[in-house]
Amino acid sequence: MKATCIMCPLGCELVVTEKDGKVCVSGNTCKRGEMYGVSEYTHPVRTVTSLVKVEGGGVASVKTTKPIDKNRIFDVLGEIGKLTAPADAKIGDTLLSDVLGLGADVVVTGMSK
Amino acid sequence: MRRYDVAVIGGGPAGMAAALSAEENGAKVVLLERDVRLGGILNQCIHQGFGLHYFKEEMTGPEYADRFRKRVENSSIDVLLECMVLSIGKGLTLTALSPTEGLVEIKAGAIVLAMGCRERTAGAIMLPGTRPAGVYTAGMAQKLCNLEGYLVGREIVILGSGDIGLIMARRMTSEGAKVKLVLELAPYSSGLKRNIVQCLDDYGIPLKYSHTVTRLVGSPRLTGLYYAPVGKDKKPILEKEEYISCDALLLSVGLIPENDLLSGMGVEMSPVTSGAVVDENRMTSIAGLFSCGNVLHVHDLVDNVTVEAELAGKSAAEYAAGRLRPGKAVKVRASGGVRYALPQTIYAGDGATTVYFRVSDVFRNATLQAICGGETIFSKKFSVLAPGEMGSVRIDKSLIKGDDLEVTLK
Repeated sequence: MKATCIMCPLGCELVVTEKDGKVCVSGNTCKRGEMYGVSEYTHPVRTVTSLVKVEGGGVASVKTTKPIDKNRIFDVLGEIGKLTAPADAKIGDTLLSDVLGLGADVVVTGMSK
Repeated sequence: MRRYDVAVIGGGPAGMAAALSAEENGAKVVLLERDVRLGGILNQCIHQGFGLHYFKEEMTGPEYADRFRKRVENSSIDVLLECMVLSIGKGLTLTALSPTEGLVEIKAGAIVLAMGCRERTAGAIMLPGTRPAGVYTAGMAQKLCNLEGYLVGREIVILGSGDIGLIMARRMTSEGAKVKLVLELAPYSSGLKRNIVQCLDDYGIPLKYSHTVTRLVGSPRLTGLYYAPVGKDKKPILEKEEYISCDALLLSVGLIPENDLLSGMGVEMSPVTSGAVVDENRMTSIAGLFSCGNVLHVHDLVDNVTVEAELAGKSAAEYAAGRLRPGKAVKVRASGGVRYALPQTIYAGDGATTVYFRVSDVFRNATLQAICGGETIFSKKFSVLAPGEMGSVRIDKSLIKGDDLEVTLK
């Protein structure tokens, strides 16, 4: 499998192969790239960022604290869409723990007001 | 007339880092920002990808901005919000206007320009066809979405595959719009490769290189557009025009450093970067006037903006205190596949300095060299070099024997 690493702006072109049940990555220039190659081959994940309403007006940007299963991005966005942040929310506040049991929380990253 | 050692114009990542660095180096600093809060463009960049180099931790734009905003709030920097600088005058004075302070006149020991960029607009690219509602720059669509909660359309076409266009392709898709097509005039994207993957490939959004929009259709609102492939001369091949329906067109067709304040001042500008020509200290051709961040040259990574701004802020503080003493000037020139190298002047002396550059095309297995007085003092092979990814070389100044440094690609 060929993949462009997204861990940093270098965007190394990875080649991921499987031999005797072991996943091998080449083309990376760092450890994170190797980990990304393995992850992308076995279980691709992505961090989700989005927006929620704020009580009383305005919007707050949010993110998942960990990358989640790439196939579940829209399910997670659906759950995020149901949230409303309190007016006094601060950056780092958790709005939803363990979204859909995927192991990541949804936290506030910015407030528009 | 308010007096400060250093006045910083612009409170985004460059301005905040410059102000903090100037203060750390002993200056009394004022930071002027036209918006209601600090943070600049980062406030609307709610995606991940910031801080990996500077904080060794990946975070979103607002989080990166918040780290600096908190440091500024805990410092002795005077921050003037909703304050628009109208002009820079002789003797490093500036005039600004604010609804709370009224007309503000400042005399500074040094001024740091950190105004960032604006986007190239629909008017600037002269799209044929109607003038309907529904045409936005990608950054405006981002602002309306991420700071106001508006979706500017449901069926989107994006012109330009630079980072803003790519990021908005993903953003609009996340909020329920259908991004039907991304068109790119060049045969390659000017954005980061990882954005092609995580913004287009992940969502199956098609990208057509060497294509452009040829005509807008619809009035009073956009209902569709015509697009066509372009030849090597970048002119559309109209016989191959195709139609696609859409209710919004997002333009990601270029960032322009916001140097309007400098008109008439006689500051030496670079036609390649559209920013000021600067030396190693990020000082422009006007003594005491410094420039950093996107207003100097368009960056890809905010981490580099921060490093550059810290350098400019420190230099400004030292200049204001009469401590800035550059050595012998060495002119830096770009040649071959290198489109520009910055700073355009470095100084002989000890230690090392970093020269940033961009290439003019996609190059594979090319060698970047720095040549001084006929001698190659730096050489590095790159497997890929792309225009959309700024590079840097660390120059050992002790190896500089002449007054000319050529940065070239072989």
